[in-house]
Amino acid sequence: MADLAGDKAFLQFTNVKKTYDHKSLVVKDFNLDVAKGEFITLLGPSGSGKTTCLMMLAGFEDVTSGEILINGRSVTSIAPYARNIGMVFQQYALFPHMTLRENLAYPLKIRKRPKDEIRAKVDEYLSLVELLDFGNRYPGQLSGGQRQRVALARALIFAPDIVLMDEPLGALDKKLREQMQFEIKRLHEQLGFTVIYVTHDQTEALTMSDRIAVFNNGIVQQCAPPHVLYERPANLFVADFIGESNKLKGVIESVGEDSVQVRLEDGGLVSTLKANCTEVGQPTTVSIRPEKLSFNDRLGGAGNQVMARFVTRHYVGEYIRYHFETADGTELVVKNMNDSSAPQLSAKEEVALAWLPQDSQALDRPVA
Amino acid sequence: MSSLTTLEAGQAANARNKKRLTAFLFVVPLLVFILITFVAPIASMLWRSVHHPIVAELIPQTLSELQRWDGKSTPDRQTLQTFAVELHKLNAERLSGKLAEEFNRAYTGMSSVVKASARRVGRLSESQLQAEGAETLLKAHKNWEKPQLWFAIQRAGQVYTYDYYLTALDLEIHPEQGIQVREDTQIYVQLYTKTLNMALVITLLCALLGYPLAYYLSGLPENRANLLMVLVLLPFWTSLLVRTTAWIALLQTNGVINSFLLGIGVIGQPYEMLYTSFATVVAMTHILLPFMILPLYSVMRGIDPSYLRAAMSLGAKPLPAFARIYFPMTLPGLSAGALLVFIISVGYYITPALVGGTDGQMISNIIAFHMQRSNNWELAAALGSLLLGLILLLYWVYDRFVGASNIKLG
Repeated sequence: MADLAGDKAFLQFTNVKKTYDHKSLVVKDFNLDVAKGEFITLLGPSGSGKTTCLMMLAGFEDVTSGEILINGRSVTSIAPYARNIGMVFQQYALFPHMTLRENLAYPLKIRKRPKDEIRAKVDEYLSLVELLDFGNRYPGQLSGGQRQRVALARALIFAPDIVLMDEPLGALDKKLREQMQFEIKRLHEQLGFTVIYVTHDQTEALTMSDRIAVFNNGIVQQCAPPHVLYERPANLFVADFIGESNKLKGVIESVGEDSVQVRLEDGGLVSTLKANCTEVGQPTTVSIRPEKLSFNDRLGGAGNQVMARFVTRHYVGEYIRYHFETADGTELVVKNMNDSSAPQLSAKEEVALAWLPQDSQALDRPVA
Repeated sequence: MSSLTTLEAGQAANARNKKRLTAFLFVVPLLVFILITFVAPIASMLWRSVHHPIVAELIPQTLSELQRWDGKSTPDRQTLQTFAVELHKLNAERLSGKLAEEFNRAYTGMSSVVKASARRVGRLSESQLQAEGAETLLKAHKNWEKPQLWFAIQRAGQVYTYDYYLTALDLEIHPEQGIQVREDTQIYVQLYTKTLNMALVITLLCALLGYPLAYYLSGLPENRANLLMVLVLLPFWTSLLVRTTAWIALLQTNGVINSFLLGIGVIGQPYEMLYTSFATVVAMTHILLPFMILPLYSVMRGIDPSYLRAAMSLGAKPLPAFARIYFPMTLPGLSAGALLVFIISVGYYITPALVGGTDGQMISNIIAFHMQRSNNWELAAALGSLLLGLILLLYWVYDRFVGASNIKLG
């Protein structure tokens, strides 16, 4: 497991910038310190600059300005083949004219390791990904999940300092993807390599990572462990991008040490955690996760409260989504476990919805 | 119950047969077209190369008399007499010229002998012919005494023969020694070898010129690659004759290249470049280059750049990564291009005919010669059939070692 308190200087991005057209920056001032053995995910919508950062680290793209340091040594002028970084590609990039064994042996052959060492290593890594019996097959004869495991083994077999994964599970179906997430985690814990993982799938990021860097418009919006990212999003983009968020518009009324009072647009006053909106009179968005919002009677009058009309309910299976609308037309969603507590509501019924102050945050409000 | 009843199975079979019939009807026009324009000519060529009834039709009785002949001395008087009668008849029917042509082909120098003899025998009256036909013949030319000539006539009289294949392979059949290498003129084997050599050189040149270009094109953004591809295809769309004549203008003694080299003083005398095998190779490489570039390009386009990146991330330097990873992945395109260029150039006719001179002739030019000039269609057919067999053999070898399934045209 990664030691989060340990030396963060194993891999460093400092003030890294990247432009392709010499007009606009794809990556604007990227800074990140990664500890040895850490599992870091770069998460963001497509075009946010996360893959570019990965490619710069691998050496396939130049760094426009800034430095990338591994073990305190700048790698920006080192050729990709000399960086000793393993990479797993989205489309696997297994060499189709080589068998699995040849694919795995390739990096070792380049490093001119003795023949029996190569054979032993290949056996070891094939059994590590449970494909020992498939060694003499060609990649074309394997299923997607098997190919992905080979790609993983090939990226690990030469004991690289860092393993990069560029949306490695993007081409797999849901069930296989979950299985592979588990597999990657298992290998990571077993072998202790450092991972930089790129994805646009937030569930994948949340379940696998030690820390997640959320990208948007070439800027890291927040870099934090999954639970912090989910429960204490730094701004509205993160709150929106990771999971689902109810958003109530209001203005900061007063500021306390850890909390702020917000006057909602319907006139109600609510108390919420302090985030990136701290000035009295500043427009703000109160962000509440749907599973933290509940029917008032459940909280027994404690916490914040807002009135809304019932619109519709969606049956999801393990939970039920209730859709409400406030008087000013803001949509609210409540997730309720599918158990005996799930209430029956009639159309347009007026309900009081409530939440605890520590379950919400006062975040920025973009200018409309 | 999961299995079908007999009735259901019957209905399903009916429906399937109906579909098959419809599909077949759609293919019928093409099938007929191919039969008429492709299969039939090839079959007729193969047939013609072994079927030669003319001599047998002209002198049937002489040939049947010759069956009694021992093959070592001059045939007996009766045989010669029969031949004289038939020659007399052919002379009257104005068919002796045809016989002269056929005999000349079988035995060099016989054209004038047959014609002269036919005239002499033709002057005889019916009674004279019966009395001294054989003697007149022998008096007309001493060749009629030679057993070799009669052996040749006997062979030429065969309706089904493999003699043209022997000729095409520079072999001849001898009354005593059997099949042996022809002593006087050996051209065809040499020409086949030369044709294969030239095709090989052209294929290699196309690969050397086409590979880097296709690689460069495959790395460009789509719109620029398409634009440059038009430039590759542009010569392809111009008439073959125009392109070939352009090479004449470039290569001739007072042509562009010689004038330029003379002008800058690199050479003191113009080089003879036109009407050589050099001219054929250069012009054909130019003409066939697109056939190499197109399959290469389409295969290279399909290769994800992440393969090379993967190789490099695994520690391979660019050159080894190219040789071990990228190059093998382009082999289907390369072999498709090479096969196309090689097979097309082996049978190429027009360009060597125009720029090749005598030195740059290929096998198809000699086939054309026998079709148009020497009027020896049987030999032309035999040469053509051998060429066909050669190409099929090469394809088989290719399939054995490379695998035809590895070919990728796009």
